Amino acid sequence: MIQQILTPWRWQNIFADWPLLLRAFLVTLEAAVLALILALILGVIFGLLSTSRSRLLRIIARVYVEFFQNTPLMIQLFFAYFALPYMGVVLPTFACGVLCVGIYTGAYISEVVRAGIESIPKGQSEAAYSQGFTRMQTMLLIVLPQTVKIVLPPLVNQCVNLIKNTSTLAMIAGGDLMYIANTWATNGMASYGPAYLLVGVLYFCLCFPLSKWARGYEERLKARHLVQNPAAGAANAEEVTA
Amino acid sequence: MLEQITSLFTPAVLLYLLRGFGITLKVAAIAIVLSILFGTILGLLRSYAPKPLSMLSGAYIEWFRNTPNLLWVMVCYIAAPLPSDWSRCAMAYVLFTSAMMAEIVRGGLNAIPKGQFEAAYSQGFTFLGTLRHIVLPQCFKRIVPTMLSQVITVVKDTSFMAQVAVAELLFRTKNLMSIFYKVVGRQITTADVFLLFGFAMLLYFIVNFALSCIVRHMQKRGKTNKT
Repeated sequence: MIQQILTPWRWQNIFADWPLLLRAFLVTLEAAVLALILALILGVIFGLLSTSRSRLLRIIARVYVEFFQNTPLMIQLFFAYFALPYMGVVLPTFACGVLCVGIYTGAYISEVVRAGIESIPKGQSEAAYSQGFTRMQTMLLIVLPQTVKIVLPPLVNQCVNLIKNTSTLAMIAGGDLMYIANTWATNGMASYGPAYLLVGVLYFCLCFPLSKWARGYEERLKARHLVQNPAAGAANAEEVTA
Repeated sequence: MLEQITSLFTPAVLLYLLRGFGITLKVAAIAIVLSILFGTILGLLRSYAPKPLSMLSGAYIEWFRNTPNLLWVMVCYIAAPLPSDWSRCAMAYVLFTSAMMAEIVRGGLNAIPKGQFEAAYSQGFTFLGTLRHIVLPQCFKRIVPTMLSQVITVVKDTSFMAQVAVAELLFRTKNLMSIFYKVVGRQITTADVFLLFGFAMLLYFIVNFALSCIVRHMQKRGKTNKT
């Protein structure tokens, strides 16, 4: 593989097919953006549910989070792609991938949102109620705006994980970067080395700026003591990273 | 329903699936042990080594943290210099997870004030002695929950091996669908498919849920200890 990477003609081959790879890169981007939107919607909804007063709603949110966090994304994906057709539900490959990655990441984002809401002192909502705010208004106008700052770093880390997880589309022939690079190498001159290196560099270019920004931002928050307990803050952030 | 279950999960089928889960756990265990070891070394180098070394380990950490694990499974499956296919995949998990663990260790080390080193030096500790007796114990105490969360991720990510046809749990679950008639002796039904996937999910869930309960317990205890 290393020898392949050092062979110029293999690189000429791969760059000759650049429109193919560019399209695959755009598919990955598109999948990531769509899945992120879905994950954010689900994450906020279930994050709010898990802090609600109703026990039933909290249980629903808990079940969603525990199920999707504790089973592999791959088995969820395979279930949607290979098992659902037995029930007569046939999803297009791309939609299947986006749905699975979105729902999976949604479980993590809901934990981020929950941790954010819980980090706001109770006194704030009590004060808001005493001023005549409804529960909804308190949430939307007082609590959620304050959580944004705190949840941004773990949220961006989740976004990085999501981008990396879109590579699982390759396992159901989703036409994403990973899949196209792999089939390109398999069907062509077996130039796995350059193909994989290029894929790695492209994913890195997407993810590195995000994760670097998230870390820098979190360190600035800590420096300003906005995360009260650095150890707990870091642990929570990392827990949801995983 | 019960009949369906007993006719599907014959001893042969159960054994086939559980053997697959054995491979899953084996690869995960190797990856976890080695990556905690390498991750700690990398994290220490990143934090305390002189410039070229710390930059090198930093580059390693960032490169692997920001590329998909699936990519490394595919790369190592083709290129790793190891004999069996599962061990080549295990190497991919070690490469990837070491970077994740190193980042966790670095976070733990960052939280330890510089003054502790100075205090230890003033008491005659050497650098390595300080690390071993003072810095690392505190660091690990802090980061164990985070590391366990990463362990959950490793267990889940072992299912990427299905992509390179290593016969772990997910691969066998899917494979059973295609060799169903030969193994069970009847046509596959919708209920069978759901039971098969349900069983595999349950196995993953039991292991990961147990781990995540430990994580939560430790975090709660950590919080009450501090206040």
